[in-house]
Amino acid sequence: MKATQDQLLLEVKNLRKFFPIRRGFLQRIVGQVRAVDDVSFFIRPGETFSLVGESGCGKTTTSRCILRAVRPTSGQILFRTGDGRVVDVAALSADELKPLRREMQMIFQDPFSSLNPRMTLLDIVGEPLLVNGMTDRAARTERVAELLKLVGLRPEYMRRFPHAFSGGQRQRIGIARALALHPRLVVADEPVSALDVSVQAQILNLMLDLQSELGLTYLFVAHDLSVVKHISERVAVMYVGRLVEMAPTQDLFYTPKHPYTEALLSAVPKPDPRLRSKRIVLQGSVADPANPPSGCYFHPRCRYAADICSRATPTLVELEPGHFVACHRAAELKLTGVV
Amino acid sequence: MNDQRTPLLSVRDLKTYFFQDEGTVKAVDGASFDVARGQTLGIVGESGCGKSVTARSILRIVEAPGRIVGGQILWYDAKGQPTDLTQLDPDGHQMRSLRGREIGLIFQEPMTSFSPVHTVGNQIIEAIRLHMGVSKAEARRRAIEALRQVGIPQPERRIDDYAFQLSGGLRQRAMIAVALSCDPRLLIADEPTTALDVTTQAQILDLLRELQQQRGMAIMLITHNLGVVAEMCDDVVVMYLGRVVEVGSVDAIFHQAKHPYTRALLRSIPAITTPPRVKLHTITGSIPHPYNRPSGCPFHPRCPERLRGLCEVAEPALRAVGNGQSVSCFLYENRA
Ligand SMILES: Nc1ncnc2c1ncn2[C@@H]1O[C@H](COP(=O)(O)OP(=O)(O)OP(=O)(O)O)[C@@H](O)[C@H]1O
Ligand SMILES: Nc1ncnc2c1ncn2[C@@H]1O[C@H](COP(=O)(O)OP(=O)(O)OP(=O)(O)O)[C@@H](O)[C@H]1O
Ligand code: SF4
Ligand SMILES: [Mg+2]
Ligand SMILES: [Mg+2]
Repeated sequence: MKATQDQLLLEVKNLRKFFPIRRGFLQRIVGQVRAVDDVSFFIRPGETFSLVGESGCGKTTTSRCILRAVRPTSGQILFRTGDGRVVDVAALSADELKPLRREMQMIFQDPFSSLNPRMTLLDIVGEPLLVNGMTDRAARTERVAELLKLVGLRPEYMRRFPHAFSGGQRQRIGIARALALHPRLVVADEPVSALDVSVQAQILNLMLDLQSELGLTYLFVAHDLSVVKHISERVAVMYVGRLVEMAPTQDLFYTPKHPYTEALLSAVPKPDPRLRSKRIVLQGSVADPANPPSGCYFHPRCRYAADICSRATPTLVELEPGHFVACHRAAELKLTGVV
Repeated sequence: MNDQRTPLLSVRDLKTYFFQDEGTVKAVDGASFDVARGQTLGIVGESGCGKSVTARSILRIVEAPGRIVGGQILWYDAKGQPTDLTQLDPDGHQMRSLRGREIGLIFQEPMTSFSPVHTVGNQIIEAIRLHMGVSKAEARRRAIEALRQVGIPQPERRIDDYAFQLSGGLRQRAMIAVALSCDPRLLIADEPTTALDVTTQAQILDLLRELQQQRGMAIMLITHNLGVVAEMCDDVVVMYLGRVVEVGSVDAIFHQAKHPYTRALLRSIPAITTPPRVKLHTITGSIPHPYNRPSGCPFHPRCPERLRGLCEVAEPALRAVGNGQSVSCFLYENRA
């Protein structure tokens, strides 16, 4: 990947995360789930980079590795800290990780279960401040008020409990909490998929506004391609633990170069009855990450598969500036994007 | 809706309320619409607007403290004779034989609708035997056939699986197999693909369309996903706070929506066809709490076009505005 490290906020290199499969009385290891299998990408400061793909393809595991909620099996996660150092998050000990935690924050999928029902908004949003040394209650209250205003909630609400709020409002509370410590990277794993359509729009708008106001960098994880298209500058498509394509949003959606991306895009129903079209319906189901097929993992479902596809694993190459694809036939295929 | 088509089902001014200590939730509050024979009717609206309660009312499986308190649900038999389902005993013979036999149901979460202690096959066999009165061996043969029809590979083997042994997509297919095993005339599908990936969703939608063509069954498709509606439906009902605010052909709803709520809902969705990183329109405010229903038009507090002095005091009725389209909004009262 050509971008030089001094422009990057995050660079992930050859990341792998395998989970052991245990069986039987002795819980012997009988195999591995290759949840993330040699994934490399980078994120520039101030941009929104998205991971998209079907359930189980490894999006959450990738983001959990970056946040070090799980320890990667191998690979590097190079993160540029606030004081300009580049550290390998994958290699740090628990103690070394602590100061980094405030620089990377998470917005969760489920605004209902991610907030403690017995804490007021003041405590929920103020907790990270307190943990990080803001012990003065008045100062903390003031900062919480500021954060609530930032996400479009009334500061007067801060003595209330989460149950008094709607799904969209709870997601705003989660965002306020994530922003409390001025994080440099915000990881949002399916932040709107539990919300109603009309509320999704409000939260996506808020995330865009906050980004331009505060210069935030987002790693956005979602399975909904319309939402991903709406929020991202660059997008990577995952399939069974691997990146199959990565490109600027416009290029990925209008000139996809991987057959899997083409099939995904064609499967999205368009909200216009006049655009009813023949979709590519993929046969079979996603490969099992514990027992992936040979060669290109997508070959059993690929309408363009050739002999080589079942024998050799395609690598991710930069076919056009910034447009990466892992497919043996990418250069010759003319694929259809969003029409 | 077209007058020439005899409806299969006609819901008239349906009211289903939940009576709780804290107050009464008017989950469905005067909804009216028709389901035409062999056609697909979409029901859309934000969470809590009463879509599922409407479906449960038709099947007469509203749970306590909920109760149908008004209106009619007219079911037309093959000869065109109506029966008002609201008048039937929910546990009586007639309603039981309609449920499952004439009206099939697919829920959003197939895991909760399959029993964990019986195999998928046994549950289908049970349904077939109950409704069709055939021998066990014959029921098993039909069950395998039903599983094969919905595209489950190796149905002879899968029939003895438990629901938890199937992937999300296969479970949803098994659920469809149960719903279709008795060849219903109406299939009610409540968010049938919401929990699925787009690729599996595409498979299931294709399957539903194919089965509908083969059998001429009507589908009532409840979903949040306006893309799914655009792709699947002939007609669309838009609900807001327990009422139908607009009904029309799918083309009219997507291209000539009249109700300010329908228009706002359509503008607020991120579509794969819209350009990236432009701000979406949003509907101002949020859905009122079900205990505090607004007076007048239920949408007036959020409506950018409300007519002061009218919308907050009087309730607009659902009126035909031509072309089979109806809307409940004062902006169209004089133009009907
Ligand atoms: N703790 C774990 N132990 C074993 N396997 C795991 C664990 N966590 C994830 N996996 C497996 O790793 C694979 C990737 O899972 P992951 O949650 O990262 O997918 P995802 O892309 O986020 O999917 P979804 O869209 O459903 O959230 C799956 O096969 C999953 O079953
Ligand atoms: N068992 C119940 N007891 C009390 N209120 C209920 C019950 N079931 C539904 N309601 C209320 O009835 C209203 C309509 O609910 P319904 O489930 O029909 O909504 P919906 O349109 O299907 O929403 P969603 O899109 O979230 O599925 C809601 O306000 C809901 O809280
Ligand atoms: S490598 Fe072959 S099988 Fe894989 S996507 Fe490309 S053409 Fe299809
Ligand atoms: Mg996930
Ligand atoms: Mg529902």
